[in-house]
Amino acid sequence: MATLAADIPALRELTPRQRVLRRLKHRHGAMLGLGVVVSFVVIALFAPTLAPHDPLQTSWTEVRKAPTAAHLFGTDEIGRDVASRVIWGARASLLAGLVSVCISLSLGVPIGLLAGYVGGWVDALISRITDAMLACPFLILAIALAAFLGPSLTNAMIAIGISATPVFIRLTRAQVLSVKVEDYVEAARAVGNSHLRIALRHILPNVVAPLIVQATLAFAAAVIAEASLSFLGLGQQPPAPSWGSMLNTAKNYIDNAPWMAVWPGLSIFLLVLSFNLLGDGLRDALDPRHR
Amino acid sequence: MGTYLIQRLATILPTLFFVSILIFGLQQLLPGDPAIILAGEDRDPSVVAHLHEKLHLDDPLPMRYLYWAGGVLRGDLGESVRIQKPVLELILEKLPVTLELALLAIVIALVIGLTAGIVSAVYKDTFWDYAANVFALWGLSTPNFWLGIMMILFFSVTLGWLPASGYVSPFEDLKANLASMIMPAFVLGNAIAAVLMRHIRSAMLQVLNSDYVRTARAKGLDERVVILKHALRNALIPVITLGALEFGTLLSGAVLTEQVFSIPGFGKLIVDAVFNRDYSVVQGVVLFTATAYIVLNLLADLAYFVVNPRLRG
Repeated sequence: MATLAADIPALRELTPRQRVLRRLKHRHGAMLGLGVVVSFVVIALFAPTLAPHDPLQTSWTEVRKAPTAAHLFGTDEIGRDVASRVIWGARASLLAGLVSVCISLSLGVPIGLLAGYVGGWVDALISRITDAMLACPFLILAIALAAFLGPSLTNAMIAIGISATPVFIRLTRAQVLSVKVEDYVEAARAVGNSHLRIALRHILPNVVAPLIVQATLAFAAAVIAEASLSFLGLGQQPPAPSWGSMLNTAKNYIDNAPWMAVWPGLSIFLLVLSFNLLGDGLRDALDPRHR
Repeated sequence: MGTYLIQRLATILPTLFFVSILIFGLQQLLPGDPAIILAGEDRDPSVVAHLHEKLHLDDPLPMRYLYWAGGVLRGDLGESVRIQKPVLELILEKLPVTLELALLAIVIALVIGLTAGIVSAVYKDTFWDYAANVFALWGLSTPNFWLGIMMILFFSVTLGWLPASGYVSPFEDLKANLASMIMPAFVLGNAIAAVLMRHIRSAMLQVLNSDYVRTARAKGLDERVVILKHALRNALIPVITLGALEFGTLLSGAVLTEQVFSIPGFGKLIVDAVFNRDYSVVQGVVLFTATAYIVLNLLADLAYFVVNPRLRG
């Protein structure tokens, strides 16, 4: 009993952020996801040191060799080391996830904030444009944008970022609509704060939680989208390594070099799974009512 | 019902207008003169001049939009520069293949998603619930083109049970058709089954705690009747809307799945068009997809309205 009593004030002293972190720590799936994501980040950052071979080095004597001690994941159709390409491929995937989520956030949040806060015809106009973008399936819109912009990793990231933006606009707008009628916003208005200050200092910080969750899940979707675009030949261009383009080549050699397909696919799966686990855990930690 | 329909239609028209602006705008992303790019590698000056005139490229942008939108309203989505066929004709030609794939995928998704969703809700916090949740996470995290390649490796290369690629029309040979479609349909249905499972689970959990389910149990009904007749029927209502929303996932997935299994459908049409720089086909496919999505969502809303008496007031 004594320890419980001692614990309660300690619990009360926790800031909301500490409380979220504490809840997150108790979700094993989320922590596992976080661990794997961090591992991939380390792999991507230290790719030059970790990769056993040059990912672009071809060798005509080592074409489509099964995994050996020298080439742990085997070699590809022109004798490049699959393990080194998988390690370097982590860079393209993580970069694509990061850049496209940043694009979606930097476009979606201000536009959503504007629509929700200002309301009226501005909101109506933004909402209809958002509806129009949401009517085009995510990947099909990304394919179309990447096709018109031209195939490259940069354009794929822009295409994915723009295609994922309407979800952030809608989410921010909905959150702003529910927060802007709260008493503290009324109070901020009553003491004479400017609209910009109310929007940025009083509303924005209170709509961040669901945006973090959505950004984590969008990261997972962006990783799959980059792999999909690269698989179709619209993302990372050869010979630069990317998991999606590796799978595109591997498909043609599936009957005699299956190892070429296993590892890049498994890497996409693991990274996406980890982001999904982390996103689910964050959602539960930020909103305890959600089960 | 009439007022609701009119209200709903009133929101659709501006959305369709913006969809058309968005898709017309795609053409403006092309660097340089679209006529030169559309003319292909030969860049025959007479073809470029013809395209300039045909696409009204010398007119101001708003006029060009009006010409283009006018054509779309008359069912003219442009012409494929590669195949020399109207885009709409190409789409309608490829659509049945993708529709068959989508239909089979939905059946697979419903069977897996409904079963897993019901089981995990009824046996909440047991091994079966965790297993179903693991399945959902797996389904959401597996890139479907990789799953397709792995299935080819296992069922075609290793076991030799199913054809790795190709398409046979069901009217020619139904058995061969199903053999070629079962793997792609599973790949496509798998991801949707995962989403469906999560929705069914949470809807069932909510419904199973409601008063009418308690009443049904209290009057001594068989548990199977309570779950399937009383709970599931109500839990299924939100799934109608989900079905229309998942249409986008289905088409996006079809693009990749058709590419993996070399199925000559709608998805392969857009990918081939991208590589042939056949931009009218790309625009046409996006426009067709977006319009279908909007119409399907309208139908889902109306169906929701019909099956949910509370909305009718």
